[in-house]
Amino acid sequence: MDILLNPFHHFTIPFGYWAANFIGLVVDRSRDTLIAAKFPVHVFLEAIRDFLLSVPPSLGLLVVTAAGYLLGGVRLAALGFFCLVGVGLIGMWSDAMMTLAIVLVAVVISVIIGLPLGILAARSETLYRLMRPVLDLMQATPSFVFLVPVVMLFGIGDAPGVIVTCLFAIAPLIRLTNLGIRQVRADLVEAARAFGASELRVLYDIQLPLARPTILAGLNQTVLSSLSMAVVASMISVAGLGRVVLEGIGRLDFGRATVGGLGIVLTAILVDRYVQGLGAVRPQLARGSA
Amino acid sequence: MSQGEFLITHTQGRKIIECRNLWKIFGKRPAEALKAAQAANVCKHEVLERFGCVIGVADASFTVREQEVFCIMGLSGSGKSTIVRHINRLIEPTAGLVIVSGQDVMSLTDRALRELRARKIGMVFQHVALWPHKSIAQNVSFPMEIQGKDMATAAGAAEEALSRVGLSGWGQRYPDELSGGMQQRVGLARAMAADPEILLMDEPFSALDPLIRRDLQNEFLRLSRETLKTTVFITHDLEEAMRIGHRIAVMKDGRIEQIGTPEDIVLRPETDYVARFVSSISTLKFLTALEILRQGEVAGDMPIRGPRTPLPELLAVLTAGASHVVIQDGDGVLGRVGAAEVISALQTDLKRG
Repeated sequence: MDILLNPFHHFTIPFGYWAANFIGLVVDRSRDTLIAAKFPVHVFLEAIRDFLLSVPPSLGLLVVTAAGYLLGGVRLAALGFFCLVGVGLIGMWSDAMMTLAIVLVAVVISVIIGLPLGILAARSETLYRLMRPVLDLMQATPSFVFLVPVVMLFGIGDAPGVIVTCLFAIAPLIRLTNLGIRQVRADLVEAARAFGASELRVLYDIQLPLARPTILAGLNQTVLSSLSMAVVASMISVAGLGRVVLEGIGRLDFGRATVGGLGIVLTAILVDRYVQGLGAVRPQLARGSA
Repeated sequence: MSQGEFLITHTQGRKIIECRNLWKIFGKRPAEALKAAQAANVCKHEVLERFGCVIGVADASFTVREQEVFCIMGLSGSGKSTIVRHINRLIEPTAGLVIVSGQDVMSLTDRALRELRARKIGMVFQHVALWPHKSIAQNVSFPMEIQGKDMATAAGAAEEALSRVGLSGWGQRYPDELSGGMQQRVGLARAMAADPEILLMDEPFSALDPLIRRDLQNEFLRLSRETLKTTVFITHDLEEAMRIGHRIAVMKDGRIEQIGTPEDIVLRPETDYVARFVSSISTLKFLTALEILRQGEVAGDMPIRGPRTPLPELLAVLTAGASHVVIQDGDGVLGRVGAAEVISALQTDLKRG
């Protein structure tokens, strides 16, 4: 009777064993490829991190405030200034720079991969139909779960941290690039073709500028997801603000955990506002997407 | 130039656009549907039921000669916009031949096709289709940028095109700062700026208010007389077609029902559909002595006119004091037109519609 009521007490499959074997096989077969894939990420990240850490905080403050002024006037400049001053005053400057370096590299890689994929998806119904379930899965999966395959394939450390951040954050950019291009009024595209524009010209002169607000909305989501993943990735030994929180909790040092948490919140506000400011730079470009 | 004169001078002009037995079938099984539709005169609904295909254009053939304004008229869904998009191959035909300036457009490479579109064809769209992120000047100079003209030449030609439609000085504005009528003027300027040989006008004025529509029709007629471009003009408005076209093709369900001059269409409809379509149009503008005259006594001292004399001219002669006009073709007297004949023509016309 018990077997009917409680079947899983008697039957389970050794899925963990299979998975470990499978991953082991993959890693053995493709070790060189994996290392080769990790290498440019590693180099890029080091360069950005070293650069950000080498900038004196007061100069950094100046640059961020000036950029804020250009993107969104006095209010954004003030917000950027106070957030960054807060980060510095609680002693989180270099951790914040580390996290920002990971976010920056992950976003650049996401754009390099995600933008073309989104464009291709907008042009091919078949490709979009293939990509959609994958994107759904990626967006439905909690950030924590992404760590598993990445650790198995790439190990732990900062470069795998960037890779996992890309995986987690890229989906909205692909989705909204695709959406933005599809939403451009068909007659605007047809008109460009009717005057003899090549497909490439139609793309960069008509479709991308008109899809810009939607693509930037996708970029905004990608940046914010990157930040949240860069924090979670502290579990696979990624440096930065996340690690401060993790250490604080691990040692029951709530002061330190709170400091890390506040640093994350301030950084997130700063990044979010600045990326939104990016969407509003040249207002006439926002005209007339469908 | 009146429509009559045009036909005399241009029916023998160079063929610029030629469509032969053009078919367009939308759907997943166009080949089978085409076979069925070609073999047995299967109707639109049957094709949809049996093959899940929609007939866009069915066996359309027509020729547009140099400097002619050719109207394609039909209700929405009749296939007129589909036909016009075959001329610059924005739509690929299922079967048939499209020849533009002596080139079979289906045989062109991508590059040659883009050349043809950029250099020879200007197009105006129903919903204007100005690019909202470009200034008016950038919109108008776009076709020339595509042709690879240098910035100065393109800007100069754009400014000239804008001044021709009465919008000089508006170049730095953006499309959403202009009214609907002004936007379509820009659309016209954009189509004509690169001085193409052919104009394709896809219901250019149908989204405008009646008064502005009238203005733009006049504007177009003026430009058309100045520049003498071969034009295919799509419209669902019979009166517009009458005003603008030298010849008109009436379409229904993807088929061309009749091609003829406005006069042919109104006075001599070939199918019931065309007859019903034109039944509300007054024939008076198109009537000539030939349709009005009757046999009867003619006096020797009355004015003499030919059989193709239009009604307004006859009226002018009659109001000048003649009791009737003698209609004569060469030496043979065909008949007379007097007050009684004119009144009877008026009565017939009033009974229409």
